[in-house]
Amino acid sequence: MTNGILDVRKVIRAGLLAGLVMSFTSAIGMVEDFDRRMIIDGLFSLGFLALLWYVPIAGYKVGDEKVLEGMEIPPKSRKHVLAGVLVGLIGGVVLLALILITNAMDLRDVFIRLSPNLVALLTFSDNPADPNFGVGAIFLIGMPGLLGAVGGALHLVSPRLRRQIVVAPTAIIVSALVKDVIGQIMRTFGLDTVVRQLYRNGAVRLVPAIIGAAIAFYLAGRERRETSRIREFLTHPDPKVRTRNSLIVGAGSIVVVVAAPWVLGSLLSEILATTGIFLLMALGLNIVVGFAGLLDLGYVAFFAVGAYTSAVLTSPLSPFFSPEWPWWYTLPVVVVVGVFAGIMVGTPVIRLRGDYLAIVTLGFGEIVRITFLSDAASPWFGGAGGIRQIPGIPLGFDTISGSDPEYIFYFALALVLLAAWVSYALLNSRVGRAWTAMREDESVAEMMGIDTVRSKLSAFIVGAVLAALGGALFSAKLGSIFPTSFELLISIVILVVVIVGGLGSIVGVVVGALVLIGVLGGPRQPGLLQEFGEYKLLIYGVILVYMMLKRPEGLVPRVRRQRELHEDELTQDDWFEKKGELSELEGGA
Amino acid sequence: MALLEINSLAKQFGGIKALDGVDFQIDEGEIVSVIGPNGAGKTSFFNVISGMFKPDAGTIIFDGEEIGGWPPNAITRKGIARTFQNVRLFGNMTVLENIMVAQHCRTERGMFSAVFRTKAFKQEEQEIEQRAKKVLEFFGSRLVGYRFDQPALALSYANRRRLEIARAMATQPRLLLLDEPVAGMNPRETGELTGLIGRLRDDLGFTVVVIEHDMRVVRDVSDRVVVLDHGVKIAEGPYEEVSTNEDVIEAYLGRPAEAGS
Repeated sequence: MTNGILDVRKVIRAGLLAGLVMSFTSAIGMVEDFDRRMIIDGLFSLGFLALLWYVPIAGYKVGDEKVLEGMEIPPKSRKHVLAGVLVGLIGGVVLLALILITNAMDLRDVFIRLSPNLVALLTFSDNPADPNFGVGAIFLIGMPGLLGAVGGALHLVSPRLRRQIVVAPTAIIVSALVKDVIGQIMRTFGLDTVVRQLYRNGAVRLVPAIIGAAIAFYLAGRERRETSRIREFLTHPDPKVRTRNSLIVGAGSIVVVVAAPWVLGSLLSEILATTGIFLLMALGLNIVVGFAGLLDLGYVAFFAVGAYTSAVLTSPLSPFFSPEWPWWYTLPVVVVVGVFAGIMVGTPVIRLRGDYLAIVTLGFGEIVRITFLSDAASPWFGGAGGIRQIPGIPLGFDTISGSDPEYIFYFALALVLLAAWVSYALLNSRVGRAWTAMREDESVAEMMGIDTVRSKLSAFIVGAVLAALGGALFSAKLGSIFPTSFELLISIVILVVVIVGGLGSIVGVVVGALVLIGVLGGPRQPGLLQEFGEYKLLIYGVILVYMMLKRPEGLVPRVRRQRELHEDELTQDDWFEKKGELSELEGGA
Repeated sequence: MALLEINSLAKQFGGIKALDGVDFQIDEGEIVSVIGPNGAGKTSFFNVISGMFKPDAGTIIFDGEEIGGWPPNAITRKGIARTFQNVRLFGNMTVLENIMVAQHCRTERGMFSAVFRTKAFKQEEQEIEQRAKKVLEFFGSRLVGYRFDQPALALSYANRRRLEIARAMATQPRLLLLDEPVAGMNPRETGELTGLIGRLRDDLGFTVVVIEHDMRVVRDVSDRVVVLDHGVKIAEGPYEEVSTNEDVIEAYLGRPAEAGS
């Protein structure tokens, strides 16, 4: 779109990409599967969201131009809308072609989801044998064209209006997706009738949707007074007031967190408890990978060791040795076994670096799982049958197990707080500095007097203990454990949590776990958006790739790592400017 | 007795003899320069002393103990610290952290005291920070104040070199090995650093070995000069003597054609 002339190649490329995204989500079955989940009752389903979400983005991005400093901002014109329309139309044609081909030939041998049902769905026909191509063509080409135009038109409006236009529909979609949370909170406070007014089968009813969108539109148009007021509240110039304000916020958050499981009900508490256990492991892995820079792909091994230790010591069905201890007594043993496991895995791999370390730890993770699965070890650990009837956590009044997710949540919370404190305390200490130095340059660190073998082992041990504690809680929560509960995928998912959240950043890892595990769910554990079920791993992958390309430092990066990844952008002068100390340039060299 | 005594040290990489029977000794409180043309084995000499490479043959006796083949961190602990020819700082750590981490082998608080934030831990942390600031003050106003919290990679080139020397000092060594400390500096900075190298001994009592190409620096700082060529020590003595030595001139400039046999 340079100089006001349509860049045809760019438009075609964007259009084909939009078509590809639409064809892909159709071909893998997302559109069809999600069609039953309505977002706005009777109007708009999650399936169509999966089909069309990329089109307005493509329509917007095709007119997007990088404006570097000193460049004149190119004039916005109706050409932006035209480009958006063309992108949408091209995408629509691609999709229509796919539908026609699907109808003409049977592609189900290769793409099992390219079925007559999909054709019927996208052509608005009730009978799969009789697709309605007239309506279909109008919709499949017209709708993307319209959305592309909307995307392109965003260039012409003011930033404020653009924000409003984007926020309003997003708010409705999100409120439909998190219907479980909103609904449950309202029900807890006795607002069942209101919930029924707002939702039907998880979809927002049409009238509330319109009202909600209008409210969101209005709120997004304001000059963000709320957020800035909160920021002022926390960064008050007077340190005394600031301390008091932070205490108020801190106390408020504690109340919210403690009350959370009771307000949210047991289903959501279950999700929170699962998130907590995964977060605990993520914090542990963050010490190993984020702080010490040791890429461990077999981290689930420590989780398994902790779970089995606790299971053997508590369950009456433990085949070989069954002291039937209460859960509490097993904790010191779990810690000791965790330390031991850390040393066992750590010692042989400690001299390896980078990729080699990753491969070997990957192997160790599998060795542990296969050992628990093996016939040779089945007299001790029950082989594929696992260990069942793990009694749970005895508290004075009751025994806490998986059927009390509210209490499991508290245990997970306590362990997470412990892990977060340990991470923070170690990072800001002699040991943590040694880890950081080792991560930066191992040979120099050694030359500066750091015993790298010892430092690495200590990172492995701390990580192992945290994972083992997670395992102990996991076994009490599930009541029975099997070798299949400790598959490689867990190691990978936890690593993805750490990377997406921000390597080395404690807050980042918490955010990463809430977003990935809490919202999408663990490898086998449900998350908030249970709809995504089998597409969960695909979405994980998409998020990971996107983050690697656009924001490799993670959602909430550790300052150090952000510097590392944007090293070339950080000149000394930039730094001065940031610090507002340009005047001291004189003192430099 | 000499602080560091090296006898017939040898190190080979494949077919190349980087060090071929080098003898060397330095007394407490001396400043010795090691010079030689590129590829003479100067940096290999440092690498072997500091434990980066294990020697193939020969002995390295530091402070009465044979340290040849020890791991680098043990050698640092024993009292030898070095800088690198191509500055190798912990770029994403701040200036202060670079110095604090170098005190690792002189401090001892482990993970337990860190997690429980014991009194001893807090006290040690405070001492580490105080010592770090004191080390940085050695360089005047260059590395203090707001620079404490700057990442090392945001420093100017000359300041990175200074920080590297500070980091080596912070390990509290007895012997400092400086590998081309003024390389890439302008004349003013070079002059300043030359003075600092002298002060390292005079004020702080370090024994110093310097690898340097800048002959004015070599002349100004060294008590004694050792010349290496092809891994062999070809000359040793005061600067004036070495600078007129035929072999040294030949090693640097080559043998004139008409003098060849």
